[in-house]
Amino acid sequence: MTDQAYNFAYLDEQTKRMIRRAILKGVAVPGYQVPFASREMPMPYGWGTGGVQVTSACLMPEDCLKVIDQGADDTTNAVSIRKFFQRTAGVQVTEATAEASVIQTRHRIPETPLREGQILVYQVPIPEPLRFLEPRETETRKMHELEEYGLMHVKLYEDIARHGQIATSYAYPVKVEGRYVMDPSPIPKFDNPKLSDNAALQLFGAGREQRIYALPPYTQVVSLDFDDHPFEAGKAPHDCDLCGAGESYLDEVIVDDAGGRMFVCSDTDFCASRQAVGHRGRLSPEEV
Amino acid sequence: MTPEALTGGFADAPVQAARAFRAALDALSRPGVIHTVAGATPPAPLSVAAGVLLLTLADATTPVHLAGDHDCPALRDWITFHTGAPLVDAPSAAFAIGRWGALAPLSRFAIGTPDYPDRSATLIVEVDDLSATGAHLAGPGIKDHAHLSLPEVAAFRANRALFPQGCDFYLTCADRLAGLPRSTIVEAC
Repeated sequence: MTDQAYNFAYLDEQTKRMIRRAILKGVAVPGYQVPFASREMPMPYGWGTGGVQVTSACLMPEDCLKVIDQGADDTTNAVSIRKFFQRTAGVQVTEATAEASVIQTRHRIPETPLREGQILVYQVPIPEPLRFLEPRETETRKMHELEEYGLMHVKLYEDIARHGQIATSYAYPVKVEGRYVMDPSPIPKFDNPKLSDNAALQLFGAGREQRIYALPPYTQVVSLDFDDHPFEAGKAPHDCDLCGAGESYLDEVIVDDAGGRMFVCSDTDFCASRQAVGHRGRLSPEEV
Repeated sequence: MTPEALTGGFADAPVQAARAFRAALDALSRPGVIHTVAGATPPAPLSVAAGVLLLTLADATTPVHLAGDHDCPALRDWITFHTGAPLVDAPSAAFAIGRWGALAPLSRFAIGTPDYPDRSATLIVEVDDLSATGAHLAGPGIKDHAHLSLPEVAAFRANRALFPQGCDFYLTCADRLAGLPRSTIVEAC
C-alpha cells in the first residue's frame, strides 16, 4: 500500500507542530489571523488546502470525521477530502453531524447544534475581511492593530445607500469579543448567529493566504450592523420541498426549462435524517 | 550527555503527539478543564505533562527557556536530544518552563507586538496542585464561569490587561495539564 508511505494524517511532524502552534495562538487571541507556513497540498488552492492542513494537525486515530461542502456530504470536494483522511489517517468517517468529532466544512455551519468537544474546521478563501476595501497587507494589519474598522462600516453604509438595505449576504463581517473584525469565511449570513456562543471549537484555515484563526467555544461574535438597520439572518421564504423544514437554509434547484424550481435543505444530513423519521415536503415522492 | 537523556520520548510520535495536541488544544480553548496526558517520561524536575507539551510543540524553530531548578544538565540534554530546541534566556523564548516563583517576573517574556500579538511566549508553569477550584475565570471558551487553582491572581490580571498582547499559560502537575490563554479574565474568588 502506497498510503503507508505517508505519515499519519499526511503532513510530516515538523509541519504539524508549526500548524499546532499557530492554532494555539489563534485560540488565545480569538479572531486574530495567525500567519503560518502553509504547505502545498495534493489538491489545488481553493479546494480546501487550509482546512485540510488544520484538520491534519488536529486529527487523532480515535476521531470520527465529517466533511461537508455547502452543507452536502456527497459533493466532489467533500467526498475526496473524506477519502484523503480515510486513507492517510485511517479515521472513521460519518455523514451524521452528531457522530462526528471533527467536521471540516466549506461555507456552511451544520443545522444540528454542535456540542462541546466537537471541532468545526472552516475552509477559508480570503481570511482578511478588509482585503477588498484595502489591498495592502501592511495597511490592513495596521487597521487591525489600531481597531480602525470605520472602512467596513462605510462599506455596509454604501450597501444601504445603494440598495436600501445591507446587501452583503455571505462572508458577512463579524466582530469577535469586541476586538477583532473577522471574516467568517463565505458562509451565508443565515449561519452568522451560530458562530456566537457555539459549544464547539471553530478553527479557520486559509491555505493560499497562509492564515489560521479561531473561535473558542462560547465566544461572543456580533455581526456588524447599524441601530436603524439591524442585522437580519435571511433565507429563502420557503419550506424544504423534501423534508418540510421551515427553519433550515435552502438551496434553490431549477428542475425544468419552464421556470419550475424547488427549494431543498442545503444540509443534506439534516434533511435526510428528517425524512428518515417521516417528515415530508411539497415535492416528496409518493409512498409506495 | 548521559544515556538517560536518550530515553523518555514518544514511542509512536505521530499518534502520541496528535493525542497530546488535542488535550492541549481543548485545555487552552476551554480554560478550567483539566486533561491527563501520557507518553513522555522526562528527567526530574520536569513533569510528565510538561514533557509531553514540549515533545508535541517544541522543535528547532522554538527557543525554550528553562527557569530556576529546571535549568539543569539532565533536562537541557533531554530537551536538546528530543526536540532540538535552542535553550535561551527569557526575553527570546517561545516556550518557558519552570515553577511559578522561578518564572517571575513575567515582564521578562515576549508578549507579541501590537500588529503580531501571536509572537508571544507560552509559559509552562509547574504547580504542586492542580484542580478546578480557586480563582474565578470568565471569557472565551468558558460557558458561564470556571475555576482553576492558580498560583496567584494579580499577574494573570495584569497579563489580561495587555490583550491582545500577552503570554499564554499551561499549568502542569504530574501527568495533568490545564490551559490559561491571555483572553481569560481572572478574578480572585
